[in-house]
Amino acid sequence: MSALTSLARLEAVATGRAQPLATVRHCHLAEAPLVMVPLKLAGEAAAPLAVMLGTRPSAPALLVVPQPRNRDLRFAFAADLAKVVLDHVEAGRGSVEQLPPGRDGEAKTRYSDAPQLLVPNRGGVAFLRMLGRSTRFRRTEGPYAVDAAVPALGRWLTWFTERHDHPGSSLLLAMTEVLRLHWATGQSSLEDGNLAALLGWIDPPDGMDGPAAAALAEDPVACPPAGPATDPTFDNEVLAPAIAAYNEGAPQAEEKIHRALESQLAPTWELMWRAVRLLRELPEGASVPARWERDRDAFTYYHQTFGEGYPQARRDPPVRAARRLHDLERAQESYEAQRAFDDPLVMAEHRLAGQAFGGVVTECDPTRLDESGKRPRLRPYLRVGTEDPVQLEPGTTVCSADRPALKGRVVEVGAGGVLLELTGGMGRRLTPEPGTIPQVGDRVCFTSRVADSWGAARFPDREETPWTHGGPTEDYVPTDEDAAEEWS
Amino acid sequence: MTDTALALDRLRGGAPPRNHDARTIAALTANPGCARRGLMDAAGVDKDAVARALGFPAQFGQSQFAITRGNAFEAQVKADGCAELLTLLRDRLGLRLPEVAYDDLEVVGGNEGRELRYTRTRRLLARALESGEGTLFDHPLLRLDIAGQPAYLEPDVIAFQLEGRFHVIEIKSFAVIDGQAEPDQVAAAARQSAVYVLALRRLLAELGAPADRVSHEVFLVCPENFSNRPTASLLDVRPQLAVLERQLARLTRVDRILEELPDDLTFAPGDALPEAVRAVAARYAPECMATCEMAFFCRDEARACGSTGALGRSVRDDLGGVDSIGTALGLANGTIEPSPDLVETAEQLRTAARLRREALDGAA
Repeated sequence: MSALTSLARLEAVATGRAQPLATVRHCHLAEAPLVMVPLKLAGEAAAPLAVMLGTRPSAPALLVVPQPRNRDLRFAFAADLAKVVLDHVEAGRGSVEQLPPGRDGEAKTRYSDAPQLLVPNRGGVAFLRMLGRSTRFRRTEGPYAVDAAVPALGRWLTWFTERHDHPGSSLLLAMTEVLRLHWATGQSSLEDGNLAALLGWIDPPDGMDGPAAAALAEDPVACPPAGPATDPTFDNEVLAPAIAAYNEGAPQAEEKIHRALESQLAPTWELMWRAVRLLRELPEGASVPARWERDRDAFTYYHQTFGEGYPQARRDPPVRAARRLHDLERAQESYEAQRAFDDPLVMAEHRLAGQAFGGVVTECDPTRLDESGKRPRLRPYLRVGTEDPVQLEPGTTVCSADRPALKGRVVEVGAGGVLLELTGGMGRRLTPEPGTIPQVGDRVCFTSRVADSWGAARFPDREETPWTHGGPTEDYVPTDEDAAEEWS
Repeated sequence: MTDTALALDRLRGGAPPRNHDARTIAALTANPGCARRGLMDAAGVDKDAVARALGFPAQFGQSQFAITRGNAFEAQVKADGCAELLTLLRDRLGLRLPEVAYDDLEVVGGNEGRELRYTRTRRLLARALESGEGTLFDHPLLRLDIAGQPAYLEPDVIAFQLEGRFHVIEIKSFAVIDGQAEPDQVAAAARQSAVYVLALRRLLAELGAPADRVSHEVFLVCPENFSNRPTASLLDVRPQLAVLERQLARLTRVDRILEELPDDLTFAPGDALPEAVRAVAARYAPECMATCEMAFFCRDEARACGSTGALGRSVRDDLGGVDSIGTALGLANGTIEPSPDLVETAEQLRTAARLRREALDGAA
């Protein structure tokens, strides 16, 4: 949050409609994403109750556990869910692209597409994480054997939820988070957690304004919660009697549970696709395809090594944890920088924070040479008149928002603006390539925040884990205990 | 009865006072500046009923599935004189518990007053302090002064005595998976436990025992992974205790709030209720939604008067503490001249407004 988003929230209150926080879409949106709306049984860690899912708005499938405390029914549900998810994974691969060989000389490939999952909110992601955790260690033979698809589902769900932690990844998205990235509403972030209320502000029905639509959305009868938690009143008055009837073997009890849960899920299903349509209307940000390519790389690697691998360990060993943290930090940095390059409204945040500035070129010395060294170097001067609250120290490296290859160094920040010494992106000669240097009167924007400002670190092999981190660890092999874990 | 007690009786409109529990006290400290909540809680007003009468019912329903699960887990842990609990304490935490006694303080021959139960708790704990007898004390009734008024606490916890030191044991039904539980739930449990630790310390202080006879380490007992098996972990509640003590000391004293109010004010149902509630100032923040029955009413009020606090504390902070949405927008578009203390805020808001305009116009 910043004064900029807070201001947008105030404008939303004043106008009664959500205000844009982005001018482009900052996430990839698949042509046929797998939308999943899960529900869980209240009070349990990961007892699935139902999930509505599908890749087309008109054809949702509904999977239900009529007695969520029954272990066999849960695993039957997990097997059904696994079929849908694993089909989606296989269908999402597309074709195989051949890539130039890497440093080790081995030929590499990349799938031309990857599967995408969409859930309503963060709770949905957390639930998939738990469901993945509770199914990935299951054995397909011996005592408590489950369908072969169940542990595979667990591993894929775990993988998707781990990718969700990766800034800029679009493989598994929580709809409320995505919408909040693009719009500011006139309610608090707590209320934004309600998908219906959030959409009510962004796209109110005809004849209603944002506050009215959001108020309607808060009535759990008119608008059941988007899960995974159910409405307690629904639990007590509808679901509990229906499950009791099922336990007693009453006729059509299962159909009744089915219908009851469908009534809770269908409104959120509609909302999910409405949100997808709204997001599609936004043009895609310029760096979105590059980030999706990283997602495809990750998917290709996991898919191709799936057969050799074990389920993900309960806890990361130290080296893997350190590497993962490092990757997440780098991804965060480049994601934030890329978004600003793609979108002037995000860049405005950086400008307000004083890390970037924009304005009009007031002076320009395009052919200035720095002759202090052995050989002269092309170092044009550029003065940018700006009203932005610049917070950059002399010597800071900056690059142009329109053309990041154009780099410079801050010489001085004064009342009249910022004096820059341009250092790169102008060609190799002592005179700049035509068109590379902004001219007096041009509007420019420079930022100090760049993607990949620090390279990938090297980490020791697992066998070389230093004693400070517990020393070398054993390779993780699932145990019988993992497989037989209670699920009550 | 003191004047204050009489005034609080009048506020309730003659209805019996509602008991506090650790949840309400923990919540109270979350928003200590709210006079409305402070007063209603001190008087023991049935806020749920008031909110319903005002047309803004609270949505704190609990699913019977969650209740069943919670009760079943607790019953299982406490079954046979807390057999499972003792196994946990012995095996998992390596405690030496040679002889074990279990006292349930809940029932003393049926129906009796809170004072009586409190006295019994006090007597038993005093004996335990003196003789070292007794290990587990279930359902102790504790007392804590809130804003100058005593509040009785009926914790669903066990006081556990080991070598002359008391520990609080809290049983919760949220799962600990691979050693991790939901941070929100752990935080809430820690806040509640801190209330019990504090109340237990106050009781021991009355008995002349030093505060450190009650440990700041709380045993949290939760189901492990996806099973019903309990697991125990130690929770250090020192930070929560510090916050709690500071907030309780800071709580606006109820008699001071009462001084400012009309003598005939009452929250009894009736036409005058909305006016009576509005007469006491509230400090709404979105966090209230999770803890206070009055939240929907206060939110409506905060929105109606254009309070930036209704959008969240961080928004208000971003706006340099400006309370009114109208003022903030006026400062941003330059139609309001800032007072000297708001010059900096106004400049930032104007810059933010200009940058937003530039970016949106450029994109259009």
